[in-house]
Amino acid sequence: MEIKLNGNIIDFQGNSLFDLCRKFGFKNDETTVKIINGFQTSDDISLKEKDEIVLIKKGNFPNEQELESMLSARHTPKVYEKVKKARVAVAGLGGLGSNIAINLARTGVGTLHLIDFDIVEPSNLNRQQYLIKHLGMEKTKALKEQISQINPFVKVITQNVKITEENCLEIFKDDTIVCEAFDNPLAKAMLVNKLLEEREDVYVISASGMAGYFSSNSINTKKIIDRFYICGDLENGAKQGMGLMAPRVSVCAGHQSNMALRIILSEYEC
Amino acid sequence: MITINGEQFDLKEIKLSDYLNEKSFKPERIAIELNGEILPKSKYNETILKDGDEAEVVSFVGGG
Repeated sequence: MEIKLNGNIIDFQGNSLFDLCRKFGFKNDETTVKIINGFQTSDDISLKEKDEIVLIKKGNFPNEQELESMLSARHTPKVYEKVKKARVAVAGLGGLGSNIAINLARTGVGTLHLIDFDIVEPSNLNRQQYLIKHLGMEKTKALKEQISQINPFVKVITQNVKITEENCLEIFKDDTIVCEAFDNPLAKAMLVNKLLEEREDVYVISASGMAGYFSSNSINTKKIIDRFYICGDLENGAKQGMGLMAPRVSVCAGHQSNMALRIILSEYEC
Repeated sequence: MITINGEQFDLKEIKLSDYLNEKSFKPERIAIELNGEILPKSKYNETILKDGDEAEVVSFVGGG
């Protein structure tokens, strides 16, 4: 039967997962990670035509060709192909944007367009996906480096620029899914209004209200019109006495990145 | 009936700018959906909501 093993289509004469392990020199115990159609298993499962199997020897560093199929092995089959063709822009690379970008990179989104004008400073580390070694570095460069260490198969396009009413149409001219991830409410309103007023072909996924340590369950995704979604509790802004903290910021970023993923996969309800 | 942010007003018309003032919405921090479309900022001053209109004012707070 024809199956896919570690990204290669092969003709396999055998019946089960353990047969396959034996044939290709993998042990069938816990030293081999065995993933069948996106699901990790330790059972000896019967194989059928068109199954996609990834076998990974733990601790071995795979070659580049094997690596991509291994990185995508836990994705739902047929999803990865669509996601790999997709492109998402992230406007602002702070607590929301850095988490959104990394979520989408882990998911295998083919192209990420990342824009920020700022550098990494110590107060960012309470919620943003940067490291001590990135202090003083442009956020665009630091995040691109992070992503290259997570999923080197993502194409990352960066722009180190402040997004304004004057330049935003030009910056996002090749994007159809834009995650608004600014800190400043004036900038948020500016970008959302400008893109939705001037472009008829763009989905905007915005965020408002994720400060403090209120219930995670108050953070939602809401669809305002067909092309405009907003995530957050719509209420709790950062202010004196109420800071931004990693858990709720990443919950909100999770909402935004999942909505982007859903749009990529033609699921438009939130 | 005019509906704004889920609240129903039994009025023939409402001047949008009056509503925004009354509810203390700051025009530079909001986006407005009117009957399924985004209302351009340039129309905030002239827009008068009429019977049957449904609007949603989305207010942005800081943090990201």
